[in-house]
Amino acid sequence: MSVRIQEKDFDPTTELEALSAGRDDIGALVSFTGLVRGGDVSEMTLEHYPGMTEKALEKIERQALERWSLQGVTIIHRVGPLAPGARIVFVATASRHRAAAFEAAEFLMDFLKTNAPFWKKESTADGERWVDARETDDKAVARWALNPKARD
Amino acid sequence: MKLLYFAWLRERIGTGSEEVTPPEGVDTVESLIDWLKQKDPRYEAAFAETVAIRVAIDQEQADFDAPIAGAREIALFPPVTGG
Repeated sequence: MSVRIQEKDFDPTTELEALSAGRDDIGALVSFTGLVRGGDVSEMTLEHYPGMTEKALEKIERQALERWSLQGVTIIHRVGPLAPGARIVFVATASRHRAAAFEAAEFLMDFLKTNAPFWKKESTADGERWVDARETDDKAVARWALNPKARD
Repeated sequence: MKLLYFAWLRERIGTGSEEVTPPEGVDTVESLIDWLKQKDPRYEAAFAETVAIRVAIDQEQADFDAPIAGAREIALFPPVTGG
């Protein structure tokens, strides 16, 4: 189980190999990698709340472990300035069978987006702007309470 | 106690962190914000829309009516946008 906040890039392949290295009880590895979208955004800067961020992510990880039988979890979130196309977030889950790994990875991302103290600021040709929270992200989290065991 | 501000709230207030000693009677997050607003126009502007503000007491999410007695660190910030 691992939670990391870092400025430097990460390698998804290396992270997945680390999650399953030396084990034969894992039948499924699922990962999500979030990238910075470009368009009119020339740079994205991630601010966070050191101390609380780690606690919040560890809590989300604990909730996933209580809910699904998982052999391993990795959560990585980058902070600082990031260029379009850069990796920003990584979530990986390992389980015996695929359903738990798929569902837990989605749960982790949904809760990370609404419960972990990160803030995005976009730089564009017109200046800088803070990204607004999205209502769809709150709805994504709410459905886990309504539908405790499975996805919609 | 230590107050922390993040994102646009930090920019509007002009600092990310400060030590404050609220007077007696300032006993909830809500009354703390009201007290700050009276102290300086910067806070009045920053906290104009409290519906857009979230709070954490000692790094745990809390509500506006939460008591602040004994808190070491209170953070105020906009809704989070990570991921």
